[in-house]
Amino acid sequence: MKNIVVIGGGIAGMEASAFLAAKGYSVDLIEKNDTLGGRLANWDRLFPTMRRGSEVTEFLAEGVMQEAVKVHLSADIVRVERHHDTFLLVTTQGNELHCDAILLATGYDLFDARRKEEYGYGIYDNVITSADLEQIFSSGRDILTQKGKKPSRVGFVHCVGSRDEKAGHTYCSKVCCVTGVKQAIEVKQQIPDAEIFNFYMDLRMYGMHFEALYKKAQEDFNVQFVRGRLSEAAENLDGSLALKVEDTLAGRPMKINVDLLVLLVGCTPSEGTRKMASLLGLKLGFNGFFKTTDQHTMTNYSDIPGVFFAGTCIGPNTITNAITDARAAATAIDIYLSGNQLANRKMKPHEEFWLYPSH
Amino acid sequence: MKNFGYTRHTDRQIDFDATDKRLYQFVFDLEPSINLCIFCGTCAATCSAGHFTTLSFRRISLLLRRGMNDIVKKEIENCMLCGKCQLVCPKGVNTRNVILQIVKGIEKYEL
Repeated sequence: MKNIVVIGGGIAGMEASAFLAAKGYSVDLIEKNDTLGGRLANWDRLFPTMRRGSEVTEFLAEGVMQEAVKVHLSADIVRVERHHDTFLLVTTQGNELHCDAILLATGYDLFDARRKEEYGYGIYDNVITSADLEQIFSSGRDILTQKGKKPSRVGFVHCVGSRDEKAGHTYCSKVCCVTGVKQAIEVKQQIPDAEIFNFYMDLRMYGMHFEALYKKAQEDFNVQFVRGRLSEAAENLDGSLALKVEDTLAGRPMKINVDLLVLLVGCTPSEGTRKMASLLGLKLGFNGFFKTTDQHTMTNYSDIPGVFFAGTCIGPNTITNAITDARAAATAIDIYLSGNQLANRKMKPHEEFWLYPSH
Repeated sequence: MKNFGYTRHTDRQIDFDATDKRLYQFVFDLEPSINLCIFCGTCAATCSAGHFTTLSFRRISLLLRRGMNDIVKKEIENCMLCGKCQLVCPKGVNTRNVILQIVKGIEKYEL
């Protein structure tokens, strides 16, 4: 029986493990935390349907359980050796795992909002991130200011750490726009009297039903969308925040106070991605995510035969797409291990990063 | 003559084909980052002069493209070249150089 090691027990790693095990492979799933589920475990409800994130995690876990995937929790990879077409991986617990293929599902990290100092995260009491807000939702606690007041006005800032040359992340994180719309609705559901303002540059409602969620936010929840990107937030004496933004559609600078400011943080390449890239000698792309063999046709393939990618380690993505991608990666590995000719197809080389200056 | 209450309105459409694009082209040639602008308005939000005058770099960036050079000429007089707009711009537009090149372009074309 052929062995596969899957690195990362988030959405993509879990689903790919289950599919590979179902195909008859022996699968070891390595997760650095003490539970499976990855970042999904920190998310309460999901766009666009408001389904509980935990229901998706349970579904994925059922697959992992059913197919007898060998799960290694609180484990990390410390060494990788490549012997012809097999690999040896050594874990922090000293386990030696021999395998025929490796699937990297190392996911993403959240942008560190403290780096956008002008928005005051970590400086002002009432500036939180979208991830912090999810934790409040999950805990069932009331949304309150630091002083325990129910906020009468809440602001959401889109694109924090995304599409931003100054933050060093020039790409769109893809999921924050619709997360901002979802969270605006949830805050309004919990505090119907609150005024909600979303400050945006573009609202990218590209996914199926995203536009419907946006419409719901406008029509049923009276969320106000202001087209302008904040230049800064400053704390008032009472702990509320004075925002500076241009209302670009009115063509005038605007000052507005909010009781709570939520920063919609983007996705960045994960520490696990950097670590595995260094252990395996894999290239990273311009944005720091794994570099795929081809942007159109070979997104599950790395430059090393037998090493594959799934999920958000190659770029920001939705849960829906991470699951689809995991199943695609499982198929790609199956085709590769069964020696099928399909695995040998190659795209003509092209200069992938002509898009970026001086790279 | 009897006044029926009718008035004539002047055409307020931007006649794009008739606009003077020389100034924008001049600035673009010397400072291509002008065209990275996505009109997010962060520059205008941070602009001190913009609190008291109609100065908005975002607006200038747009008016240039529409050939509204007379307004651009008037607007940039309010700029103090402090460079805050350049600090906050998420796209890395060299705003100060854009302003400086506009001044040169206005001189060149005697606008």
